[in-house]
Amino acid sequence: MRYAETGVNLEVDLTVGNIERVETDPEITRRHLGGNGSAARLIWDRVRPETDAFSPDNLLIFSAGLLAGTPIPAANRTMVDTISPQTNMFSNSIFGGYFGPELKHAGYDKIVLRGKAPDLVYLWIHNDKVELRDASHLKGKGAQETAHTIKDELNDPDIQVAAIGLAGENRLYMATIEHFNASAARGVGVIMGDKRLKAIAVRGTKDLYVSSPEELFKTCLQHYQDIHESPFNGDLMAIEWNDAFHHDNFAWGNARTRRRGYWTQELEDRWKDYTLKIRDRLQGCYNCPKNCHLVVKPPGRQRYMLKCFGKGTWHMAAFEELPFTFDILALSQEYGVDSYAAPQTIAFAIELYEAGILTDKDLPEFPAQSADRFYYLLEKLVRREDIGDVLAKGVYWAARQIGNGAEVYDHNTMKKFEQIPLKLGKVNYPYYLMYCTSDKMAINQTEGSYPQDPIRDLAERQKFADEWTSAPERFKKFFMEWEPGKHPSFEAAINICDWNETMHYVDDALGICAFCSSFRGQFGGGSAYHIYNIPTFIKMATGIEMDADDLWQVARRNRNLVRAINISRGLKRADEKPPEDHWAKREPENEQKLLSGYYKFKGWTDEGVPTKLTLDKLGLDDVADELIKRGHIKGDENICYTDQSCYSEGRPKEAVVGFRKAESFTLTEYLNENK
Amino acid sequence: MSKPAKKIVKEIKVDLSKCNGCRACEKACAAFHAIPKYSSFNPARSRIKVVIDERNDQWVPVRASGYTAAECNGRNHYVIEGKEYSECAFCPASCPSRDWFKEPDSGLPLKCDMCEDVPPLAEPMCVQICARGCLTYSEREVEVFEEEVTRGEMEMGIAALIKKYGAEVVRNAVSRATKR
Repeated sequence: MRYAETGVNLEVDLTVGNIERVETDPEITRRHLGGNGSAARLIWDRVRPETDAFSPDNLLIFSAGLLAGTPIPAANRTMVDTISPQTNMFSNSIFGGYFGPELKHAGYDKIVLRGKAPDLVYLWIHNDKVELRDASHLKGKGAQETAHTIKDELNDPDIQVAAIGLAGENRLYMATIEHFNASAARGVGVIMGDKRLKAIAVRGTKDLYVSSPEELFKTCLQHYQDIHESPFNGDLMAIEWNDAFHHDNFAWGNARTRRRGYWTQELEDRWKDYTLKIRDRLQGCYNCPKNCHLVVKPPGRQRYMLKCFGKGTWHMAAFEELPFTFDILALSQEYGVDSYAAPQTIAFAIELYEAGILTDKDLPEFPAQSADRFYYLLEKLVRREDIGDVLAKGVYWAARQIGNGAEVYDHNTMKKFEQIPLKLGKVNYPYYLMYCTSDKMAINQTEGSYPQDPIRDLAERQKFADEWTSAPERFKKFFMEWEPGKHPSFEAAINICDWNETMHYVDDALGICAFCSSFRGQFGGGSAYHIYNIPTFIKMATGIEMDADDLWQVARRNRNLVRAINISRGLKRADEKPPEDHWAKREPENEQKLLSGYYKFKGWTDEGVPTKLTLDKLGLDDVADELIKRGHIKGDENICYTDQSCYSEGRPKEAVVGFRKAESFTLTEYLNENK
Repeated sequence: MSKPAKKIVKEIKVDLSKCNGCRACEKACAAFHAIPKYSSFNPARSRIKVVIDERNDQWVPVRASGYTAAECNGRNHYVIEGKEYSECAFCPASCPSRDWFKEPDSGLPLKCDMCEDVPPLAEPMCVQICARGCLTYSEREVEVFEEEVTRGEMEMGIAALIKKYGAEVVRNAVSRATKR
């Protein structure tokens, strides 16, 4: 009996139209849990390092998280994994909404897509019936327009659709896959478009089984209420009006200008009034009590849903105000471009024009006003018209193709991928490591369990540490030692980076939303899911006995597998560096010492390659053999990862469910006190 | 002559402005009604369904009311204060025109029973799990006036039976019934 998972993957060969239902090995679930972990295993096994992202042999894998569809609140994510053409590395994306649970109820854990369809198609999954259908009538349609057209033609409003817009069809590197209230960014929309798959429509009415149904349901009933009441979980940005945090500290334009003191009460009131005028309600994802999404209808645009920092990135890139963002998102989400790389790329193009590197010849009839320039470039970009064809590849590649000094303006990419626009003062040790070494390409996919800032007042600091049930003991010690204005120790920084990224790998295997887990701990330490209670939920859902150490080991295994994929595809230590101007005050010698120390801690060589000792201990012997064969390691390196039990330093080994509670907490107050 | 009796009327109030579309109500309902209990939490088996059309800000939880053999002649399509709801959005019937409120395997109709149980639940499961306050439960007592059947009405009933089945059949039926 398979619990929580269905035990079946869909294997779709788009070239010939072959569809198979393949039963999976339960041992894979024990070792990788699911999600991006087992997807990484498939990509390691079946996509050779020489295989181009645009080759038909590249896989595009949709994985409903292991816990998606169960009663576990906020465990509804679908992971999308492939090789990205922009980075030539493993590309990991995630989206929420309703898709993952629907796929599980249709009877599938994964959809593994290979090949390329001869013409535009969509995949229709209805329980046991799976078909590839002609999508020529959907060509050029927006993502939500596509979803509704499919629901109408299949005559079922309960179908869940994940679709690409024009941007994905035109293989923009920053294209997304859009589903209902969610978007999958970071290099997956481009592959879906390359494979000429316009959409996946799924309807599932089968049962899903769990190991301890009554215990799980009753626990989740309480957990659901606890998460609802918790001020630490969900997207606080969606419900708080004060966003001085982003607007005063992050960089506007092409990650260029910091505007301290930008935020005022007058601005906040004005933006709040505007938002309330056009916002119909807040809404959430499947089986989650939080309200992270806005449902808005701006004047002259369709009603749509938005979330996260996309609420800020567009107007900050354009030096405009919030109404501009609400307006352009109505277009950008239908076209299916992300809200991170796309605004950056457009701002980059504007900078090049201002610098005379792009001229009126490249941008005929280019408007004078910033907002108009954004609309102009968005239209060019999604159609790959004129300069849009170059910009479609993102800042790194566009800069090199344009040449003429454009490379200097590419100052905010790492491993060829656009980073969040943030340029700060003194280098931050844990963040340095997270930026350098993350194989997830984006800082918000790596950070989140350990606080961003120390607590000044010692009594307050002690109180926080005492209530910090989600943290292994050593982090409480590090936090108590952390004085404002001082670096944490090397040991602390290394451990912080390791824990932060580990929790993301946990979430991405299980399908737990980071807003209730791996992203939330950093503000208040009250994430609903953490290393100590997740195993309890896993046991009730799947029957697999695990404790916090076992869970950490699975995350470590998955993480090393992704690392191995990227190493075999050419990742080098030299690539693991932030842009020169990422912090105004750098410490090159300390940075390199930190990086070497981190590599050693992770069980990697000084080149950042997992050693045979590390891989063997993780049960990835075959991966070690391949890395030796390809000359990335010799195999005799005497380095293994540092293994510290979550139950060391007196932590009792017991099955827990709870998390840190508080009467009230707002990001605004927290940041005012501690930044 | 009539005599008043007391009856409890149970009510689930739905505040349409509060639904966040989480559909936890569907899972809780499916879980409670599964046999064995909690063995399934499949929204397709739920007696409550959130009818969503995000293009029109429509998020309407509807509870299954019972089976109807035929579709309505005309569809119900409400516009409330300028907001247009999809047709049949408020209709709770298990109807041939749509898939809702039918067991996915057998097609048998589903109907909300207010989570009847022994001992009784404090509140139906959908209300229990709804954290947003969209669904709230209340009970009220009403007086029900029952009409006594008069002698004249009874004789009219017998006359109708005789007309339909014939006196012979009716006489035999009365005879059998009175023997018990």
